[in-house]
Amino acid sequence: MSDSKHSGAEAAAGHHHHDYDFAAHKKVYWVVGGSLLVGTLITVLAREWEFSSVALTIAVALFIASIKAFLVCAYFMHLLSEKKAIYLILVTTGAFAIAMVALILLSDKDPVSGTRAKIHYVP
Amino acid sequence: MEIPYTVKPRPDTGLYNAKVGIWLFLASEVMLFGAFFSAYILLRVQAPEGFWPDVANGWPHGLLNIPIGTFNTAVLITSSVTVVMAWIALKQNDFARFRRFMAVTIACALGFLAIKTFEYKEKFGHYVIELTNGTRVTGHLDVNGHSPLFWTLKDVQAAKIEELKVLVDIPNKFRFPVGHTIPEEIHKAHAAGEHHKDQEFKVSDIASVKAFIPSTHPFFAIYFTMTFLHGLHVLGGAIVLFYFGFIGSGMWKTDPERFTNRIEVGGLFWHFVDLVWIFLFPVVYLL
Repeated sequence: MSDSKHSGAEAAAGHHHHDYDFAAHKKVYWVVGGSLLVGTLITVLAREWEFSSVALTIAVALFIASIKAFLVCAYFMHLLSEKKAIYLILVTTGAFAIAMVALILLSDKDPVSGTRAKIHYVP
Repeated sequence: MEIPYTVKPRPDTGLYNAKVGIWLFLASEVMLFGAFFSAYILLRVQAPEGFWPDVANGWPHGLLNIPIGTFNTAVLITSSVTVVMAWIALKQNDFARFRRFMAVTIACALGFLAIKTFEYKEKFGHYVIELTNGTRVTGHLDVNGHSPLFWTLKDVQAAKIEELKVLVDIPNKFRFPVGHTIPEEIHKAHAAGEHHKDQEFKVSDIASVKAFIPSTHPFFAIYFTMTFLHGLHVLGGAIVLFYFGFIGSGMWKTDPERFTNRIEVGGLFWHFVDLVWIFLFPVVYLL
């Protein structure tokens, strides 16, 4: 596209931003991307370390995944500086998601007799 | 009629409408994937301890190709970086740069799907074979040099095979649950570079032949359901981003601010797809 430097797009850049800010933002995005790749490698290598317990293995993998998820949400999805309406949506969703998982898991701990699904192996 | 608040923030939310819309949609997506992750946890905690397939309904580990899965994770992370870079390029008024980043994003999406397809095919040709004496082995079938997909015992019988040749897996250490003692001969075999051993089974001694498909084991059921659902999101995202970046990019000339917002919203969806994979990858490949 030869007309790539489109004059009408200055508004898109927002008059309160300057190229200097974008250079800093770009750097952050590359660093976050690199950190995510490193995090992935650590998760894979952590499986090699052979922890003593299943719980610890799962905890380590999910801890690293949570850090990666935070990086994606905070920087790529701009949740560090978002408007109140978005936080309201997300807090509500978080509460319902936690309630859903908790109710399912609690019902598994204390099932109504005869209603618990069993895994059957059918040869 | 003009659609309101595509660019200007709505006074009560302080945001353009599409942004509120995509976040509400992502909220519903959190519940959708949350339900599937819950299902995974339930299936997992109900599975008895032990090495699968020796313990028939034990939880299989390490059946997926970890290097390929890791590579695919890197592909998806890269596309997350490029989509946000594409948006920044628009903010900097550089359409050519935007296009380049969008092209890389879509290429990554298609690459991810191609690799996933390859992995699926690999599973459809991988089998668990149960003998009438109760022992079970996993491996690939060798039917006249071919590795058939989706076969069952009926297909073996229909092909009038009397002795079924199987490349039986010598399981690597990832196939064993954490804390499980790995037999010495397995260490020796892998040290010697042996990953399979050819074995022939009399068809009359075989009780079942099942490919690694959803009906074979709850692990495969949840694995295929979750990764296919995720794959659909990758495909959908790729189609929308392709439309924004190429077919529908004329809006950059007529309404650049709205166009830039579209890319931001499309990018938010794309990051969510990446986010789901960040959890899905360790859960199904590594744990």
